[in-house]
Amino acid sequence: MSERLPPAYTEYHPRWLRPRMSTYWWLHRRSYLTFVLRELSSVFVAWFVVYVLLLVRAVSRGEASYQQFLAWSRSPLVLLLNLVGLLFVVFHAVTWFNLAPQAMVVRVLGRRVPGRWITASNYLAWALVSALTAWLLLGG
Amino acid sequence: MADRITLQVARYRPEEESSVTYQEYEVPCPKDWVVLDGLNFVKDQLDGTLSYRWSCRMGICGSCGMTVNGEPKLTCATFLADYAPGPVRVEPLRNFPVIRDLVVEIGDFVRKLTRVKPWVIRAEEKPLSEGEYRQTPQEMDEYKQFSMCINCMLCYAACPIYGLDPKFIGPAAIALAQRYNLDTRDQGAPERLEILSEHEGGWGCTFVGECSVVCPKDVDPAGAIQRYKLSAALESLKAFVMPRGSR
Amino acid sequence: MAKRPIEPLLWMLFSAGGVVAALLIPVLGLLFGLAFPLGWLSPPGHEHLLGMLRHPVTRVAAFVFCVLSLFHGAHRFRYTLYDGLQVKHLDELINLLCYGGAIAGSVWAGYLLWWVP
Repeated sequence: MSERLPPAYTEYHPRWLRPRMSTYWWLHRRSYLTFVLRELSSVFVAWFVVYVLLLVRAVSRGEASYQQFLAWSRSPLVLLLNLVGLLFVVFHAVTWFNLAPQAMVVRVLGRRVPGRWITASNYLAWALVSALTAWLLLGG
Repeated sequence: MADRITLQVARYRPEEESSVTYQEYEVPCPKDWVVLDGLNFVKDQLDGTLSYRWSCRMGICGSCGMTVNGEPKLTCATFLADYAPGPVRVEPLRNFPVIRDLVVEIGDFVRKLTRVKPWVIRAEEKPLSEGEYRQTPQEMDEYKQFSMCINCMLCYAACPIYGLDPKFIGPAAIALAQRYNLDTRDQGAPERLEILSEHEGGWGCTFVGECSVVCPKDVDPAGAIQRYKLSAALESLKAFVMPRGSR
Repeated sequence: MAKRPIEPLLWMLFSAGGVVAALLIPVLGLLFGLAFPLGWLSPPGHEHLLGMLRHPVTRVAAFVFCVLSLFHGAHRFRYTLYDGLQVKHLDELINLLCYGGAIAGSVWAGYLLWWVP
């Protein structure tokens, strides 16, 4: 069944097997897939910065330009991009806040703050900042 | 519930073949048997040529790490009954070269562990007459979790960054460096910084988090690494703002 | 002493950017990306937005938001590419593209926010 392979190894150093990592390693486990999706959210973070800057530019150029921007934001392609982007960015936010307690140890008066509180305060901050921003933008 | 289960075991015999083959063995499956018991049954009764590592069979030596149904596990802590009706696929630990069957080459990890100097480093040793180094329970709590590491390397098998770039120093090594950095008796943090600040040191980690998920001792290496990054970043800020001369 | 002293700085920008992006982009994206175009809410008037943008606090906050978010995205994307491609000689090109892009975006942000009429 098996012929002895020519000794490209010594008695004390057998031929080690080094399996290659597949190009699609990130599909092999659910946790790897969610990791890669989380990392790809970086693209949409950059996109939204560009989008906001385009808005700033439009507002600076006057009423007509601003209306043009709003019309452009209604086009199907832009809507789709923003919908997908929003999903990715929310995914980034959720994973970020959930991982925060693992990344830092907070001590108050010598006692360690439980991780749940750090996560909860992150979400609270998120809600407050979002509410404040919306209120400012909607003419509050 | 069946009282026998099939193990699909990866075989690699370098003197005969150049790739992995799978061999099936049927082993008993009492409810308190672990995968290691199954492998020992194979070795004792079915096929004495099977090679694998094990020692304490109680989850403290870190020798028996293997890939069971795709997951890095300690085979002494993984119950066969949980996989009924089977089959159970047993492969060597991922991301390490395979020497034979289920035995992997761990030299890379051992060398990295040595490089982070996992021992208490003192600028000056206290003379014996001054007595012992004292530590409060709170001070021990700072690093205790990271001292639980049994060097089983399941975290290296789970880490895709290590799989992609074997030069990455890896979860356990950084966690153990952090264990000593946080120890009040230790003064070696600057020495460890040399190796940890390389690109394949702490900064290579992208917080996938799988290492902490598979750790059988709840060491949470991912948390240790992120905390290390924060402390290293603050150190570099301090060094920038207060150059060494004026400190 | 420490090798590659720029890494901790880039990581800090990444972290700060991650927080800022997580806090602000969802609401901005929801409003200007979906709610206003789809008519769920009526968009703010031009005068109101211009008034907001003129305020120095808004300008500074918007600038900080843009710079940090861009560096967050650049840093993360760099590692995504680096781990995906892992070719040493492309490493410099990847760094140039990612951080260069972030710097270019920051300059553009600064320019736009400075010249709000």
